Amino acid sequence: MKTKVKREKLKATGSKLRISGAEAVIRCLLAEEIKLIYGYPGGAIMPIYDEIYKFQDQLHHVLTRHEQGATHAAQGFARTSGKVGVAIATSGPGATNLVTGIADAQIDSTPMVCITGQVASHLLGSDAFQETDIIGISTPVTKWNYQITKANEIPEIMAKAFYIARSGRPGPVLIDITKDAQFELFDFSYEKCTGIRSYQPYPKLINESLSEAVRLIGESKKPFVIWGQGVILGQAEKEFKDFIEKSGIPAAWTILGLSALPTAHPSNRGMVGMHGNYATNLLTNECDLLIAVGMRFDDRVTGDLKTYAKQAKVIHLELDPAEVNKNVKADVTLLCDCKISLQALTNKISTKKYPMWIKRFDDLDTIEKEKVIHGDLNPTKPGLTMGESIEMINKHSDGDAIIVTDVGQHQMVACRYAKFNQSKSNVTSGGLGTMGFALPAAIGAKMGAPNREVVAVIGDGGFQMTIQELGTIFQQQVAVKIVILNNDFLGMVRQWQQLFFDNRYASTEMTNPDFVAIAKGYYIEADRVDNRQHLDQAVAKMMASDKPYFLEICVEKEGNVFPMIPTGASVSDIRLE
Amino acid sequence: MEEKIYTISVYSENNIGLLNRISAIFLKRHINLESFSTSESEIPNVFRFVIVVNIATDKVHKIVQQIEKQIDVIKAYYHTDEETIFQENALYKVKSISLFEERQIQNIIKSSHATIVTVSPEFFVIEKTGFRAETEQLRKDLAPYGLLQFVRSGRISVTKAKMGISDILNTFKK
Repeated sequence: MKTKVKREKLKATGSKLRISGAEAVIRCLLAEEIKLIYGYPGGAIMPIYDEIYKFQDQLHHVLTRHEQGATHAAQGFARTSGKVGVAIATSGPGATNLVTGIADAQIDSTPMVCITGQVASHLLGSDAFQETDIIGISTPVTKWNYQITKANEIPEIMAKAFYIARSGRPGPVLIDITKDAQFELFDFSYEKCTGIRSYQPYPKLINESLSEAVRLIGESKKPFVIWGQGVILGQAEKEFKDFIEKSGIPAAWTILGLSALPTAHPSNRGMVGMHGNYATNLLTNECDLLIAVGMRFDDRVTGDLKTYAKQAKVIHLELDPAEVNKNVKADVTLLCDCKISLQALTNKISTKKYPMWIKRFDDLDTIEKEKVIHGDLNPTKPGLTMGESIEMINKHSDGDAIIVTDVGQHQMVACRYAKFNQSKSNVTSGGLGTMGFALPAAIGAKMGAPNREVVAVIGDGGFQMTIQELGTIFQQQVAVKIVILNNDFLGMVRQWQQLFFDNRYASTEMTNPDFVAIAKGYYIEADRVDNRQHLDQAVAKMMASDKPYFLEICVEKEGNVFPMIPTGASVSDIRLE
Repeated sequence: MEEKIYTISVYSENNIGLLNRISAIFLKRHINLESFSTSESEIPNVFRFVIVVNIATDKVHKIVQQIEKQIDVIKAYYHTDEETIFQENALYKVKSISLFEERQIQNIIKSSHATIVTVSPEFFVIEKTGFRAETEQLRKDLAPYGLLQFVRSGRISVTKAKMGISDILNTFKK
């Protein structure tokens, strides 16, 4: 039987309250306007869970089925809501299970605060039950971490944690709290953090750099923009669109930049990188000016750096000083929040059009359409393609859905073909490439944007890495649509084995279970489709549902994703087949 | 690109775990450290790391960017040997008996400008501050007489140019 314990509401900041460290943690979360957390209980975090119970009318805790799921759900929440995601776990294995999600959030700049329980401070270093050095383990993959051993440290450290996670280039923060600090009573008061003297998250735009950038844009005959997630994280979608429209410059996105500009926008020329578009990759090596906005020149974007955009001047709009000249040397760096630098640029440049240059994109697009896209979206041979499956989702979502993808072929195909009308609609594991990301991330994505349709598109391999989160979806009745593109293979690895390892399919074929039966086992309505005649109807039925829904689409077993730039090759060496 | 000795100076808060964070930056890039030392700096509550590495210029630049990115790091710099004044410190423990039996030892100590820190009936300890080559030469010179123990500190260094940390901290106060 549930007993509700009423807690007095938090008084105005500054007032003191004698409470336990555990209660303080909850009050800090509430003060940071956190209403939703994901986690999994255990011994060393029990005092905090006891407070979660008492505060359940103000703070909703989602019990995931594995701590990794809690981190990915928190990430999904952060990505669609723009707020900080919170994950909570116990010490030892609970904490180590968070590490994959933390590493994913670090490389994809996702604001997240993780709270872990720790053995009592007098046991630290004694190899106590469920003791692990999570501070040491998480150091290389967190923006900041801290171990609390005294209750009175909690307010200041929690305030710092949220400030650090969300400011500047966002990232994950881990706070480890010993069990005795959770029990300890102290006088609580909370003040939000507004600055840290050793951390300057927003560098100021330098006017000389701005003038130089304006000059380069004015002189350019073949300019090209590549944008990344910085546009979304900086809430600069409008400023970016204004810049693109006034400058007339064709633009392409990195995987995490996707959806910042609507797919249908005439200046949106598609994706760059390994499985990006033909024109965008080839013309990276033809443009005379490359303007990189909130992106970090990942190796999957650039291919061989020695042959990457060597003919072009480079302007880099970037917030993180450590990214400047890291992979590609910039002629001009606008080290600043891109919301500010984009607006400043737009004000100073003149309206221009580049018809001859745009025609180069159109011509190459035509080649890609004929050789790749047509066959992907309008196949005639038997066997469903991943491309037509995504196109069917487009048809029924009208481009308004949030698409959450996992990692592999289905991810590349979904990013290439999914249509988006609004920002924060693409949730995927880009930098770390974490299989198993999508199912739990979709839970968070839906809770972060409850009024939007969320479709998780997942491969049969990645789905089975976090399949237990179907339990969370069922228990919480999260109305996500789960689409499994099943080819009974670890498709991307198989594709590489076919192309680069003489068809030696080492451990990539999967003997799969009855996925529909599993979904139904979790009382989730489920369907399977394996032919073209029924695809439309099956997707329509899924999209019409207002409950969690599972659809397995059996696709051709050995389909490949093209275009493709082989690892380490130049973007100019992009292959269409 | 050609490798070179660089001295990295890091001004930071005195927080548990920062040492781990900084060493992780080198570990991730498979870089071995030549030496590492840490102490209080000229500013109260601000610590200073002095790290010596032998790497290419573009690499040291990127590493310093990564170090500076750490939340608890106030500022990080890198300098060449020409831009710094640097010293190392070494201790040599020798059997006392050799001091009396081997005349040559006294000459070695005198000519190397080393100091005798302590003398006991069993052993005596010599201290030498200087460049690596100097402390190394003394080690070689003393080796034939039976070095019981030898230890050398990491490099400590100050720069010829101004660091400006106080200015950075003052800006924050405003």
